Amino acid sequence: MIVTRTGQFKKSYAADAAIQRTNLQRIAFWGFVVAMFVLVPRVLSTVWINNVNQVLIAVVGVTGLNILLGYTGQISIGHGAFAGVGAFTMAVLNNRWHVPMLVGLPIGAAMAALLGLAVGIPSLRVKGLYLAVATLASQEILSWFFEHMEWLTKQKTSSVDVRAAWLHIPGILNHKFKTDTDLFYLFGVIAVVTVLATENLMRSRIGRAFVAIRDREIAAEIAGVNAFSYKLLAFTISAFIAGIAGGMQALLFSRAQITPSQFDINLSINWLAMNIIGGLGSVPGAIYGATFLVLLPIELRNWITSFRGSYRWLADHYSQIQDVLFGLIIIGFLIFEPDGLNAIWLRIRRFFTHWPFAA
Amino acid sequence: MDAQLSISKLTLAFGAVRALDGVSLDVAPGSIHAIIGPNGAGKTSLLNCISRVYQPSNGAMRFEGHDLSRVARHNLVRTGIARTFQNIALFKAMSVLDNVLIGQHSRMGLHPLPGASGLGRRLLDAAGAAVEPLASCLYFGPIRAREAAHRAEVEDVLEFLELQQVRRRPVGELAYGMQKRVDLARALAARPRLLLLDEPMAGMNAGEKEEMVRFIRETNRERGVTTVLIEHDMGVVMGLSEQITVLDFGRKIMTGTPAEVRVNPRVIEAYLGEDVTRVQEEEAAAGVSATESGAEFLTAFEAVPSAEERE
Repeated sequence: MIVTRTGQFKKSYAADAAIQRTNLQRIAFWGFVVAMFVLVPRVLSTVWINNVNQVLIAVVGVTGLNILLGYTGQISIGHGAFAGVGAFTMAVLNNRWHVPMLVGLPIGAAMAALLGLAVGIPSLRVKGLYLAVATLASQEILSWFFEHMEWLTKQKTSSVDVRAAWLHIPGILNHKFKTDTDLFYLFGVIAVVTVLATENLMRSRIGRAFVAIRDREIAAEIAGVNAFSYKLLAFTISAFIAGIAGGMQALLFSRAQITPSQFDINLSINWLAMNIIGGLGSVPGAIYGATFLVLLPIELRNWITSFRGSYRWLADHYSQIQDVLFGLIIIGFLIFEPDGLNAIWLRIRRFFTHWPFAA
Repeated sequence: MDAQLSISKLTLAFGAVRALDGVSLDVAPGSIHAIIGPNGAGKTSLLNCISRVYQPSNGAMRFEGHDLSRVARHNLVRTGIARTFQNIALFKAMSVLDNVLIGQHSRMGLHPLPGASGLGRRLLDAAGAAVEPLASCLYFGPIRAREAAHRAEVEDVLEFLELQQVRRRPVGELAYGMQKRVDLARALAARPRLLLLDEPMAGMNAGEKEEMVRFIRETNRERGVTTVLIEHDMGVVMGLSEQITVLDFGRKIMTGTPAEVRVNPRVIEAYLGEDVTRVQEEEAAAGVSATESGAEFLTAFEAVPSAEERE
């Protein structure tokens, strides 16, 4: 039976703790996932499938950052570097030792998780702005490392050529992920798994401990939460997911090169912006933020360059205009909607569930 | 009877300021023990030392044989002590349900093969902690069952404190008196043997205070929880507690029954100042009364029958 939340009663505590609390929500979620898998490759152009793939990478990366920043309240400006560790580990393993990309992906993520653990150690003592600076330092150190690792890549520059991803299980499966459509299926599965795993984590004991640390650290400790180990766990999990997003990025560029500049501070800041605009501490928020901020610049560029004839100046200064607009949007959200796009969505939903009895 | 909580010569210094200066105190098991004193007497500092927020500079704290100064803050609950806070340190964005579930955090770890003991036990616990993140992400069998079982326990606490109506509401939205109650619920969910309450009735109206007194008394009687409370409302303190310790300027003035405290001249001095009559005369001349609160205190002393008088 499809009913809204009003008037629906749960018969067990397990049902009461479900992610999708009504049948309508369940059908909407899985319906959306299936529809995307069926429609995207058939309806969209190659360019747009590529755009969707970039959205999916950002969804995974921001979901990872959200665990740390949104739920545990520990800031990191080093997630771009964690993504880089995932990407380069995977690419170098593939390039030098012919490790299949899809085997390298979890190895790269594990490397990123280890570094996340190390970077998280200062969080025992430093908080807020100081932690931001500490993670920023690790971003810069890792960026420098990426720029100077010809000895590791065995190439003339730090960039790594990556071959097509393939999943090779002798005698059973030998599939190459070559086209954007192939990658879309792969990325789609990774994104859905990441999102559901995060939702599960956050509704269990560990997730509650994260939020408790964010809201009141000392009270959480007195209630029995070992704040330091849970912060380290948040850093580790968060960096692991960022490493997966980095690996996806490497797969997306698997017909070209991955370069250190793809994983510099800009990526960290972009994910931070997506997390804030989407809504800190909400899994759907991370999805909204990632989608919005990946597609906005693309659409903006199409729109502005369409002025090429009449307003030449606009088209010529496209990148500066984009930066200014980005900044304005972030400031606007911080002032007018600090809880992000997710709060807007919840408000719209509340209007319709209560309509016509209340507005 | 042997003391359950025993504090001896506790000193807490912040630079030159001594928030606590050689305070000694014994709390008998199953009793309600109040700590009173004027503002800045060191009551909350004492509670913060016991609950490991502050590390005392000197002195000893023993709880059921454990040396509390060696207990890490997050292990306090495992030792059997829970507390509430003067300024309500709840997790604002979380629901009432999740706040209370945090109280059960330390009892919720994964412990495969509960029968094992010794080294095997420790290895199994370590394995449980190692697989818990991944298991939680999958939210399969044991995790799902554990969450549901603890949810059932939380419902007991919510029923006891009459909080079922608001279980899904974020605590930040609740009225002040309700939040105080959630704070108590979180502490009770830990199933403590010693409960520390820091001004559980501050800022409440008469009706809310009455309910809170009932909850504290029921917790003490039905669950046998030893209770140490700080409270300014003398009516409540006199009616509720079996023993009262009076602090002033970080030093203990006395410990005794409400009847003893009521007649102790040093206690009255601590509340009213050194030379009561002289101050009152000066005030009368100036037309102000700073001793009014002190007078109220005395009235409360006389008006309320103490616990042993009632029985």
